[in-house]
Amino acid sequence: MTDTPISPAPVRMSDAAIRRRMLSEFWFYFRQNRGAVIGLVVFVLLVLTAIFAPVLAPYSPTAQNRGALLVPPFWQEGGSTAYLLGTDAVGRDMLSRLIFGSQYSLFIGIVVVSIALVGGIAIGLVAGFFGGWVDSVIMRVMDVILAFPSLLLALVLVAVLGPGLTNAMIAIAIVYQPHFARLTRAAVMSELKREYVTAARVAGAGNFRLMFKTILPNCLAPLIVQATLSFSSAVLDSAALGFLGMGAQPPSPEWGTMLAEAREFILRAWWVVTFPGLAILTSVLAINMMGDGLRDALDPKLKRS
Amino acid sequence: MVRLILSKLLYLVPTFLGITIIAFSFVRILPGDPVLLMAGERGVTPERHAELSAQLGYDKSVVLQYFDFLWRLLQGDLGHSLVTKKPVMDEFLALFPATVELGLCAILLATLIGVPVGVLAAIKRGSWFDQVSMTTALVGFSMPIFWWGLLLIIFFSGILGWTPVSGRISLMYYFPDVTGFMLIDSLLSGQSGAFTSAVRHLILPSVVLATIPLAVIARQTRSAMLEVMGEDYVRTARAKGMPSRRVIGVHALRNAMIPVITTIGLQVGVLMAGAILTETIFSWPGIGKWMIDSIARRDYPVVQSGLLLVAALVMIVNLLVDLTYGLINPRIRNK
Amino acid sequence: MKTLFVLASAALAMTAVTAQAKTFVYCSEASPEGFDPAPYTAGGTFDASAHPIFNRLTEFKKGTTEVEPGLAESWEVSEDGTEYTFKLRQGVKWHSNETFTPTRDFNADDVIFSYDRQGNAENPWHQYIPGITYEYYTSMAMPDLIKSVEKIDDYTVKFTLNQPEAPFLANIAMPFASIVSKEYADALDAAGTREDLNNLPIGTGPFKFVAYQKDAVIRYTKNTEYWGTPAIIDDLIFAITPDAAVRLQKLKAGECHLMPYPAPADIEAIRTDPNLTLEEQAGLNVGYLAYNTTQAPFDNPVVRKALNMAIDKNAIVDAVFQGAALPAKNPIPPTMWSYNDAVEDDAYDPEAAKAMLEEAGVTDLSMKIWAMPVQRPYMPNARRTAELMQEDLAQVGVEVEIISYEWGEYLAKSMEAGRDGAVMLGWTGDNGDPDNFLSVLLSCDSAGEGGANRAFWCNEEFSALLKDAKVTADPAERTALYEQAQVIFKEQAPWFTIAHSTQYVPMSNKVSGFKMSPLGDFTFETVDIAE
Repeated sequence: MTDTPISPAPVRMSDAAIRRRMLSEFWFYFRQNRGAVIGLVVFVLLVLTAIFAPVLAPYSPTAQNRGALLVPPFWQEGGSTAYLLGTDAVGRDMLSRLIFGSQYSLFIGIVVVSIALVGGIAIGLVAGFFGGWVDSVIMRVMDVILAFPSLLLALVLVAVLGPGLTNAMIAIAIVYQPHFARLTRAAVMSELKREYVTAARVAGAGNFRLMFKTILPNCLAPLIVQATLSFSSAVLDSAALGFLGMGAQPPSPEWGTMLAEAREFILRAWWVVTFPGLAILTSVLAINMMGDGLRDALDPKLKRS
Repeated sequence: MVRLILSKLLYLVPTFLGITIIAFSFVRILPGDPVLLMAGERGVTPERHAELSAQLGYDKSVVLQYFDFLWRLLQGDLGHSLVTKKPVMDEFLALFPATVELGLCAILLATLIGVPVGVLAAIKRGSWFDQVSMTTALVGFSMPIFWWGLLLIIFFSGILGWTPVSGRISLMYYFPDVTGFMLIDSLLSGQSGAFTSAVRHLILPSVVLATIPLAVIARQTRSAMLEVMGEDYVRTARAKGMPSRRVIGVHALRNAMIPVITTIGLQVGVLMAGAILTETIFSWPGIGKWMIDSIARRDYPVVQSGLLLVAALVMIVNLLVDLTYGLINPRIRNK
Repeated sequence: MKTLFVLASAALAMTAVTAQAKTFVYCSEASPEGFDPAPYTAGGTFDASAHPIFNRLTEFKKGTTEVEPGLAESWEVSEDGTEYTFKLRQGVKWHSNETFTPTRDFNADDVIFSYDRQGNAENPWHQYIPGITYEYYTSMAMPDLIKSVEKIDDYTVKFTLNQPEAPFLANIAMPFASIVSKEYADALDAAGTREDLNNLPIGTGPFKFVAYQKDAVIRYTKNTEYWGTPAIIDDLIFAITPDAAVRLQKLKAGECHLMPYPAPADIEAIRTDPNLTLEEQAGLNVGYLAYNTTQAPFDNPVVRKALNMAIDKNAIVDAVFQGAALPAKNPIPPTMWSYNDAVEDDAYDPEAAKAMLEEAGVTDLSMKIWAMPVQRPYMPNARRTAELMQEDLAQVGVEVEIISYEWGEYLAKSMEAGRDGAVMLGWTGDNGDPDNFLSVLLSCDSAGEGGANRAFWCNEEFSALLKDAKVTADPAERTALYEQAQVIFKEQAPWFTIAHSTQYVPMSNKVSGFKMSPLGDFTFETVDIAE
C-alpha cells in the first residue's frame, strides 16, 4: 500500500477502541457456539502438529523399513508399538506420514485461500467500483468459470499445468476466486450507495483509497466466512486431486495421495486406507465447525433470531 | 414470462462463447502429444509423426483450429474421439443417461431427506434432534466422498455382501436400451427381479453422491426456516393465534423454499464434480469417468467437447432454477 | 444406435431362456476402443474383438507362441523366402446379424480386402472412419515388407515380400491381421453405415458379437457353425471393471468367473481363498532402466555395469512386485525361445560396485532416474522402484534425482537425443518372436530419432547378429544368433534389466479349461464352467 495514512491521530484511537469492542463482541458470540470452540481447538492442535511435525513424528515420513511392510496398527495381531498406526506398502510409518501430512493440508488451505482471496477481492473491487462495461466483461468471465464444475475445471487445469502440488493449488485457487469476486462486487455496489462513501468522496478521497480503506473493511464479514469455507473445500479438493493422481505426487505424505497409493491394499490392509481419510475428515470438519461459529458471530441477521 | 426466458437465454450467449474459448484453449495447451500416446513404448518416426498430426488437423494454426471447431459445433459436430474414433456426441449420449440416473437419485435422496430434516431441526431448534442432525450434516458436508465410497464398499459389499460391488445391473438381466435409464428399462423389460437388481446397484453410489448435497440442503433448509420464522408476518400470524402447524406449513415453508430451491439447483455443479469421484470408485459407466479417462489419455476432442457439454448442462439447469424461482416468487416475476 | 437396439431385442429372445445355457462372465479391465482390430493397439481391445470374433490366416497355438494354421490350411514358402502361398480353408461360415446375412463362405477376396484396406491408401475403406490409422500394420513394418497380395483362385492367396522376413508367419497371426468380410463391407457401403464394420462386427471366430453397452458390458454368443472346435459355453459376457480391487470383489462375490491383472498386493489372499484358483505364468515382458549410453560417464560400459551391481534387484521384486516377478538378467523373458539361460546376472555387490566406479575415475556422481507416472503390465509402480534404486545408489555414493512427467510427455522426452539420465520403461511382446524385443528395443536402427531404443545404444556386432537372424529361416540357427546377442548385451550393459512380471489369472473354482497365453491374450473358447 503506497498511500500514507492521513486520518488524524485521535480518530485512529477511537477506531482502535471500536475495533476492540467489535472483537470482544465477536468472541462473545463465537463462544456461544460449542461446536465452533471444539473446531477451533482441533484446528489449533492441527496447526501445532504441523509446526512441530519433525519433533512429534517418530520417523521420517519417507524412511522405508524393508523389514516391516504393511505392519498393522499396534492393537491388532501382528502389530507392534514401534509403529503405532502400522506401516504402508514400502514400510513407512503411517503415524509419521499422517503427522507430516497435516503440513500439506494447512499449507494448501492457506495458499489457496490467499491467492483466491487477493485475486477475487481485486477483481470484485474493480468490477463493482467501475461498473459499466468493465463490470460486464469481468462478471461474464466469472460466469464462465463458475459454469464448470469446480473439480472438473481444476482437473483440466492441472492437466494443462502438469500434475503436482503447486499446480493443484493454483488450479483450485483459480476455480475458487470468482466466489470472492462476486461477494466483493455485490458488497461494493451496495456500499457505494451509502452516505459515508459519498461523504468520503466529497472529502476528496481518491478511488484507490476509497476502494481499499473505506469500502473494503465494511464488506469483510462475508469474505471471512467465504474464506473459511474455501479453506475446507481446498483441503477436500486437493485431496481429491491427489486421489485422482493429479495433486501432490508420491512419496509426499499428502493425505489424498496416500489414499490413492493405498487403494490397491483396500482388501488387505484397512489401516492404510482408513487413517488418511479420517485425517482429512477430521481437519475439514474442524475448519467447517469453526466457520459456522464465525458466520453466526459475524452475521447480524442470524444473531437477531 | 416468454420475454424473461428469452432475455435470460440471450444473456447466456456470451457466457457460452466464453466457455467454448476456455474448453478449446485449455485442451490445446495440454502438454503431451496425442500422437505419441497412441504409439506408446513403440516410438514413432518423425515422418510418421508429421503425417499423423496432419491427419488429425493439429498442424494448422490454433486460431484456425478454433474457428474450425466453432463452425463444426454450429453444425452439431463435436468431433471424433482419438481413441475410439467414434463421434463424441454418440459417446456422450451413450453414457449420459447413467450419470443422469445417478445424479437424479442422489438429488432426490438428498432433497427427500434433507428438507424434512432441516424443517424439523428449525422447528425444534436447540433440541437433541436439531443438534444431532446438524452435527451429522456438518460431518457429511466435510466428507471426502472418495474415501467414504471406499469405506462403504469395504463394509457393505466386502464384509456384509449386501450390495453388488459395481455396475448398473446384474449381468443376468439383459434387455434393450429404451430410455437408457436402468430403472425404467428394467421395469419395461418385464423381467422379474431386474428392477430390484437395478435398485441394489444404485444404492451405494447414490448414497455417496448424495452425501454432500444432503448436508447442504438440510443446513440451508434449517437456516431458511429460521429466518422466515423470525419475519414479522410469521410472528404476527402466530400472535394472532394461528395454529403453529399452519403457520409453518403455509407461510414459513413456502417462503423458506425459495432459497432452498436455489440451493438444490446449485448442487448440480457439485453433483457433476462428485460424479467424477463416485463413478471412478464404483466403475459407473457415466460422464464423470469418461472425462477422467479422456484427460488421462489426452483424447483432445473428448475433453474439449465434454467440458463444453457439461458446462452447457450446468448453465441450463441454472437457468431452469432461475425460472422456477420466478414462478414461486411473484415479487420477482413482476419485476 | 438404432440397429443396436434392434439387435439387442433379437438377442433378448435368445437369452430369455438362460436357465440351462452356460454363461461365462469375464471381468475385463478396459473398454474396447472398437471392434475392428486393425486400427487399434490395446490388448484389451483385441481380447474383445480379434480373439472371440475373428480369425487370421495363421493362429498362435493356444497357450504357446507357436504358429499353427488358421484360416489358411497350409502354406508354401519359396526358396528365397519372399513368396508365401496360402491355401485357404473351405466351408468357413461368416457370422450373421440383424442387418446382414452372408451369402457366401470365407474366400480369397476377404483376405485381399483385409490387407489392402490397411496397406493401400487408395482403398475406399482405408479411411472409413475419419482419423483412422493402422498403427500395428505400420509399426510391424508391413508397408515396407509386403510387395503384393494376389488372389490365385478363390482359395489360394500369394503374398510377395520385398525381402525375406523370418517372423512373417508370426506377424500375420497378430490381431491386426484379422480377416474381415468383404461382403459385409460391401453391404455396409450400400446401406451407408460404414462405421458398423467397427460397431457391429461380423467375423468367423468362435463367438458372435451380440451387443455392447459402452464402458459397461459386452455380450457374445457361441458361434455354432464355427469351423474349429466350437466353444463349450453358450454366452460370453465381458463386464468392464477398470479397478483391480473392484474386479477382485466381483470375482469373490461370484459376479464374474475370471479376471485379469489382480493387484500384486492381493495375490496372497487369492491364493488362500478356497473358492478361487490362481494360475500364473511368466509374462512375455521386461521392465528395464535404460542408461543414456551416449552421455558421459554412462557411455562407459564399466560404469553401467557398476551401477547395475549396486542395485538390489531382489529387493525391488519383493517390495514393488510383491514377489510377482522374475528378476531379469536378459532383455527377453525366459518363456521365449532362444532365451540364453547361460548368461549370468551381475551380482548385487555394493562394495565391488564402489571399487569399479573409483577405478573408472567416477566420483561424486549424480544422476537422474526417470520414473514413469503410470502403472504398466511390466512395472506396477515405477516411482516406488525409483525410490528403492535411489537408496541403493546412495550407498555407493551416487546421488539420484527422481524425475517424472505426464505419460505422453514422458514418452516424448525420453526419446529425445541427449536426454539427461536413465529412463525406466518396459516392453510387452507382440508376437513371441525375439526379434520383436531385440530389434525394436536395442538395434542401431531403432537408436535414431523416433525409435524405441531409449538407451541410444548402437553396437555394430549386436545389430549384425540381429540382421542375420531376421533373414534366416532355420529356427536352430536363429536361436544360436540370438543367444550370442544376449551375451553381448550383458557385457555391454546398456540396461539395468529389472524384472519379468508374472502374469496372474485368478478365477473361480468352477472354471476349467482356461489356457493362459504367453502373449497375455484372454480367450475363452476352451473354457467350461461347472454348475
